[in-house]
Amino acid sequence: MKKRLLTGLLTLLMPALALAGEYDLTVDRVKIDTGDFVKEGIGYNGKSPGPVMRFKEGENVRINVTNNLDEMTSIHWHGLILPFEQDGVPGISFPGIKPGETFTYEFPIVQAGTYWFHSHSGFQEPDGAFGAIVIEPEGREPFRYDREYVVQLTDKHPHSGDRIMRNLKMMPDYYNRQQQTVGEFFSDASKNGLMNTIQDRMAWGDMRMMKADVEDVQGFTGMINGMGPEQNWTGLFEPGERIRLRFINSSAMTYFDVRIPGLGMTVVQADGNNVQPVNVDEFRIGVAETYDVIVRPRDAQAYTIFAESMGRSGYARATLAPEEGMAASVPPMRDAPRLTMADMSGMPGMDHGDMDHGDMTAQGDMDHSNMSDMDHSAMMEGGSDPFYAKGSGIAPAAANGGKFLSYADLKAQKPLYEEREPTREIELRLTGNMERYTWSINGVKYEDADPIRLKYGERVRFKFVNETMMTHPMHLHGMWSILDVGAGEWNPIKHTVSVQPGTTVYMETEVDAPGQWAFHCHLSYHAAAGMFRKVIVEGSPDTTQAKADVATEEGGDA
Amino acid sequence: MSRIRTFMAVSLLSPILLPGAAAAQEMIADTSARKQALTSWGVQFEELEYRYSDDDEELGVWNADFFYGTDDLKVRWLTKGEYAIEEQAYEGLENQLVGQIPISDFFDAKAGVRFDTPEGPDRTYAVLGVAGLAPQWFEIDANLYVSDEGDTSAELDAEYELLLTNYWILSATLDATVAFSEDREIGVGKGLVSTETGLRLSYDLVDRALSPYVGVVHERKYGDTADYAESEGGSTKDWFAVIGARIVF
Repeated sequence: MKKRLLTGLLTLLMPALALAGEYDLTVDRVKIDTGDFVKEGIGYNGKSPGPVMRFKEGENVRINVTNNLDEMTSIHWHGLILPFEQDGVPGISFPGIKPGETFTYEFPIVQAGTYWFHSHSGFQEPDGAFGAIVIEPEGREPFRYDREYVVQLTDKHPHSGDRIMRNLKMMPDYYNRQQQTVGEFFSDASKNGLMNTIQDRMAWGDMRMMKADVEDVQGFTGMINGMGPEQNWTGLFEPGERIRLRFINSSAMTYFDVRIPGLGMTVVQADGNNVQPVNVDEFRIGVAETYDVIVRPRDAQAYTIFAESMGRSGYARATLAPEEGMAASVPPMRDAPRLTMADMSGMPGMDHGDMDHGDMTAQGDMDHSNMSDMDHSAMMEGGSDPFYAKGSGIAPAAANGGKFLSYADLKAQKPLYEEREPTREIELRLTGNMERYTWSINGVKYEDADPIRLKYGERVRFKFVNETMMTHPMHLHGMWSILDVGAGEWNPIKHTVSVQPGTTVYMETEVDAPGQWAFHCHLSYHAAAGMFRKVIVEGSPDTTQAKADVATEEGGDA
Repeated sequence: MSRIRTFMAVSLLSPILLPGAAAAQEMIADTSARKQALTSWGVQFEELEYRYSDDDEELGVWNADFFYGTDDLKVRWLTKGEYAIEEQAYEGLENQLVGQIPISDFFDAKAGVRFDTPEGPDRTYAVLGVAGLAPQWFEIDANLYVSDEGDTSAELDAEYELLLTNYWILSATLDATVAFSEDREIGVGKGLVSTETGLRLSYDLVDRALSPYVGVVHERKYGDTADYAESEGGSTKDWFAVIGARIVF
């Protein structure tokens, strides 16, 4: 009798026991060889990138992280929904992991898909402290594939993160080697006319802004899975197989435009969440975003995975091939883009009356009137991307003239939340001063900012107004960011939302995770310079009072 | 009675309220480095050069600054000097220590002291100035000085960089000094005192850390200042060929 009871209890416990994974990670000083240069960096289990962590939806994981550095460290599980004490942001989630200490993270895996992890301490992440996370779903995937590869991109720079930050503070154009030159003046003059070119230069000089300010930090080597373009990471396939490529952009500062010449790609997942499949020829992956695509090479030939940086200052390259050692041609990088006045249109005082743009209008094709209010319903007309300012110089186009993925194409495979009206809107202006290399939200740097306070149970609509000339990948920890692409309940669910210069983008969040969280631009040096906030979620599932208060609350002092 | 009821209510509710209160207290205050103001430092030798004049005069010249601080407050040490190699004497030796705060998007205000200790009489000055980036990319540094003798003067530095390519840079500099009263002892007359105009062609050899250059510099003295210089056998107009390097780290 007693025995039967015990067995019964054990059987009850079994599922929980079976689904508990224990993992060990060490944080180490490592050597990183890009093929162009060798440098000292930080990695996990002796390597950068660290191992691919494979979890299963529904399991409880315990991850023992041992800090072998002589400084504090931390690991943030990017995109994972978990208790805030496990989120790994020093000063917000927990104190950090001391040198020599082992910290055990413990949390349930409540989602599936492609994610990544990285240090949230200092500049350890740009220095190499990151790795990939793959989570198997409990049920079946809504798409088929025969094999899969993680394709983790990064922008490895010969300088350490600390040095890059200091150089940027000293000289904000320190790393920009694509500035307009005398030569470009003459070629522009012969193309657009001398007077137009002079006026153009004067207009930009008047603002003390640079049309070449697309990338803050150039001079990196693009890498895929820890291998530089020369080292050519290779994924093998049998012709006819469907290959799932899990693209992760683990760069410190670099957006990549990704294509595989000769192969169409079907995007099936964005930021770990299934999307209705979209066939594309090329896509832009923002810093910290992930995209899963399926490709099906039918011929026994090599294909190049080519990821050139948005500013065309560097590229990453890898190969899909039926055999090791094969290679396809590497396409040349396209010309470096130039910002236009349209990309400046988000700046206060930039629009209308108080600046005389004169003939600039003819060149920049400016239309300030409807800049801040995108018409989501009229999306994708004439091939222009509604998530870029109309006439933007950095709006992407596919190299082969085909389809370039837009945020507007992303529709959730299955809505995660019931659709409902947001309880309030919080406006976050993305602000900064390029000359001083300060970055902020609503003009306030993190050091001077009060936290953004949310109430458990509310649904908040965030309005991002980009008043800077750069693109910012905004990342909210702990809760999903439902990007408004105008698809209602089919709006895609993301963890990182890119906001292009001169645009306004909305996302909504179901405030369903108590605690305190980080919310920041994922460009490492922008976050470090102040484009960062703490979010406090007040209340919890037990307190019902919070929900009643919500509607009266004003929109945040951040 | 009502007091007792309140007491009862509180004691009954407290088990429910307390966990919430405890949770709120557990929230960590962010004292991480990220929440502190970002401090930064830098060293820049705008000029570190050898000058050879049309009178066969040889000079070693530098113009450098060191800073440490945050976005809101920087301490800056500026040092300038001209060393006459043959005479083994400092024709000019100037050190400034200033505090600097932002006053607009592109300009800082600064205040501090300047010590001139060349060959001959020393001077100490109070400094008040602005520095920043003017429209059309002119780098401006303008200062007012009041010496311990009570003499006032002003100095304007302007620089413009022309990018021939992203590595070959032609920079033009203008440095003009005006005195509002004369200081005979150090050879300064009232009015426009002197100008130094330079044109340098540099190449970024190692990042922006080391950029060797060649160039020409024209120094000129005006009015009474020129007369004083002449009466002491000095020259009032000099052309120099220069070779040197810009160093940033």
